[in-house]
Amino acid sequence: MSSTVASTGTRHGTLGTSASRPDGVAKVQGGFAFSSDMWADNMLWGATLRSPHPYARITSIDVSGAYEIDGVSTVITAADVPGKLTYGLIMQDQPVFAAIGDTVRYSGEPVAAVAADHPETCQRALAAIKVIYEVLTPVTDPEDCISGVAEQIHPDGNIFRHQRIISGDTSIVGAIQVEGTYEIGMQDQAFLGLESALAVPDSGGHGLEMYVATQWLHEDRKQIADCLNMPEENIRLVLGGVGGAFGAREDISLQVHTALLAMKSGRPVRISYGREESFYGHVHRHPAKIWMKHHADTNGKIVKIEARMVFDGGAYCSTSPAVLVNGITHTQGPYKCENAIVDGWAVRTNNPPCGAMRGFGVVQACFAHESQMEKLAVAAGLSPVEIRLLNAMETGDRMITGQIMDSVAPVAQCIRETDAIPLPPPMSQDADLRTIPGGTGLTALPSNIKRGVGWGVSIKNLMYSEGFDDYSTARCRISEGVVTIKFATSEVGQGFTMLAQQIARTVLGVDDVFLDTIDTQVGSAGSTSASRQTWMSGGAVQAACRAALEQLFDHVATKNSMNRAELEIEGTDIVDRLTGQRVAVLAAIDGVDIDCTEEYHHPATEDMDENGQGNCHVAYAFVAHRAVVDVDLELGLVKVVQIATAQDVGRVLNPLSAMGQVEGGIAQGLGLAVMEEIIVKDGKVRNPSFTDYLLPTFLDAPTVEMVFIEEHEPKSPLGAKGIGEPPCISVTPAIANAIRQAVGRELPRVPIRPYDICL
Amino acid sequence: MSINLPVSGAAQSHEMYSLRVNGQLHEVKDAWIGESLLYVLRERLGLPGAKGACEQGECGSCTVIVDSKAVCSCLVMAADAVETEILTVEGLGPDGALTDVQSAFLSEGGVQCGFCTPGFIVAVHHLLENNPHPTDDEIRESLSGNICRCTGYGRILEAVRTVADQRRKNS
Repeated sequence: MSSTVASTGTRHGTLGTSASRPDGVAKVQGGFAFSSDMWADNMLWGATLRSPHPYARITSIDVSGAYEIDGVSTVITAADVPGKLTYGLIMQDQPVFAAIGDTVRYSGEPVAAVAADHPETCQRALAAIKVIYEVLTPVTDPEDCISGVAEQIHPDGNIFRHQRIISGDTSIVGAIQVEGTYEIGMQDQAFLGLESALAVPDSGGHGLEMYVATQWLHEDRKQIADCLNMPEENIRLVLGGVGGAFGAREDISLQVHTALLAMKSGRPVRISYGREESFYGHVHRHPAKIWMKHHADTNGKIVKIEARMVFDGGAYCSTSPAVLVNGITHTQGPYKCENAIVDGWAVRTNNPPCGAMRGFGVVQACFAHESQMEKLAVAAGLSPVEIRLLNAMETGDRMITGQIMDSVAPVAQCIRETDAIPLPPPMSQDADLRTIPGGTGLTALPSNIKRGVGWGVSIKNLMYSEGFDDYSTARCRISEGVVTIKFATSEVGQGFTMLAQQIARTVLGVDDVFLDTIDTQVGSAGSTSASRQTWMSGGAVQAACRAALEQLFDHVATKNSMNRAELEIEGTDIVDRLTGQRVAVLAAIDGVDIDCTEEYHHPATEDMDENGQGNCHVAYAFVAHRAVVDVDLELGLVKVVQIATAQDVGRVLNPLSAMGQVEGGIAQGLGLAVMEEIIVKDGKVRNPSFTDYLLPTFLDAPTVEMVFIEEHEPKSPLGAKGIGEPPCISVTPAIANAIRQAVGRELPRVPIRPYDICL
Repeated sequence: MSINLPVSGAAQSHEMYSLRVNGQLHEVKDAWIGESLLYVLRERLGLPGAKGACEQGECGSCTVIVDSKAVCSCLVMAADAVETEILTVEGLGPDGALTDVQSAFLSEGGVQCGFCTPGFIVAVHHLLENNPHPTDDEIRESLSGNICRCTGYGRILEAVRTVADQRRKNS
């Protein structure tokens, strides 16, 4: 372990223990204030008018009908945007509202918004706005954008990014060659807590305060300020309670609309999306089509990979360029290989916009490479475990980007530990109906059910890439005998607030740690995404606490004539290692006034060159999954019985929380494998509801058997790696491979639907 | 704030009725008759514990007890719930104390973002009152109307088992 790692205590609430969530009691009692629970005196409700067409030119907008309805306060369109007319994370290419004369580019694109006294009044007002569209033929096939036959649907063009990787000796031809074309459907993050924001304008009309459920307060504020033509410092963003995120809250959804309505009406405004609107209001996981060809020697050792990846980014850019780079740079998966030719495209179509979702491009790449590994195993005459162990990546390996793997890389150990987990007993012929495919529908015959076992192993980059300095900030104050930590890190359910307290308790030797409001009154924390907050904001909180501790030691040494250089925290005491003299921390902090703000930056990364070469990622984590499924071959129904997993986590900081991340990620990966897909036809979403977009229920969730591989990561400030994304990545191909084994079909697309299996 | 009633094309009607929630009678004034029980609890009676996440009875986030039955409050018209006994998550623990179910959700890690949690807590109370010793399959089936997107249900299953065990030992 690196000497920079905070010492682990066994004291409850410190690092390594299952500390209690500071938000837990409020959450179980129903008192926790989610953003959709926010309310202000004199508040109006807001709502958004959206285009029913995926591609159409707006010839006129008449809002006068809305103003005739009692209770309607304010209507806004593109003409009411005082600042920048567009927003976006990487390219600012998405209009706040589609304007007259311009086109709407996806079904659900905002055209106008209203504020009124009741949500139902808002709906009537939206119905009274007359928009005349000239309907155009949508561009829906990404290949038409690549070939150039599609009409250019945006001034910035139809290609978000084209990036190649050309690595090593590309002329090598393997004795064994396997290939396939794989497809991944459009998945929704489907967080439970719908989009919601409350904007409260100040009395002078110069600024506002907003309570919003987001992943990145400072980035939201920047984009809002640009569109409002208002200095950032006039806007205070406060984190409203966040009901899950999974990537869907990284982009702007209702933030600018809510702020504009509040500024124009001069009254507090809340917009809360319903479920249907949420499907139109946020970006989704990119659907992708991936061709891959693996070359291996006669033993099965991979010698070259060829691939072509096409990500459909939909109408606006969001994070498509970064998702693409994540996809292509993870082509090789967690396996040794230096030779590659990869061609990647992220394109603009009139389909729903896509952006961040847990796994961020790697989910798509992993489904392809793990499908390939199954074919390679067969071709080489090896088992799924043998082929993966034979090729397992290690620290020091050169990757296809030229980057040297310098993270702890226990790939073989992940595979072996997963393999050692006992398989579940075979399904009995008198099994409880709830446990067989299709459940109590009484449709599956146990004699038609076949069991399959499949594997998936993955590699995931941590933090942002390609030269982006996604630093984090934290402040530690010790005043009036109280330790207070402040940060702008979005708590979205993952438990960072709990971790921040654990860090402060461990570093400072106190039991009570107060958390200040999560808002923009402190420096940026970066986004709660990319499995980065434990590392980045954890690093910032640790740094702030350590800086405060140094000042406390100065004070204590002087006051008590102790040896300054020999002081350390032991439990809840400050101890002089030389003399053994002790002072309780609680006594030591009485009367001191310390205030330290620190930033944590990860080592710099760099852009890729035109051949995809460069040290573009900060660090990596690994995981193995083994799936056991029962499949009804006649009906095409699947029951995932067990998932075994061993995950490279660096260090477990909170065992209960770590288990929750693993089980939750597995459920989402299971969803992509067998049920979850936003169905888009001619640019229109066909299933924007929880009736038609299926999510894993309690009965669908498998038994999860997990092992944590704890080899501390020297580069990480706490020795821990981010654990949020890996659980959902390779579980999808593991389940697909298990179904393939049971069914004996290639099944190149997820989600695997019943008719893929039985027809 | 005065509410203008959004009854499209019809005469607007201001309604007044009373609901008995968590043992207390609440007057609902000037309400639009089309409001769901979920909306009235949250926006008129100051009881935001029940959550709205699908508006069509698929996710269970809005689960409350009406006359001993667990229902999705998004599917119940508030005005139709007069003369019933309504119990919400806010009314489960006496005087702000945690119930055994609430404690177990915390100790076993059943809470992450917490949005599904109040609905789950109500549903688990209802389950254990009707079936004090459920098997794992019975727990899974009876809670399959409550969607959780964060936990994968593993720690929630553990929480329910824990409460059932404790109650068995205490009885």
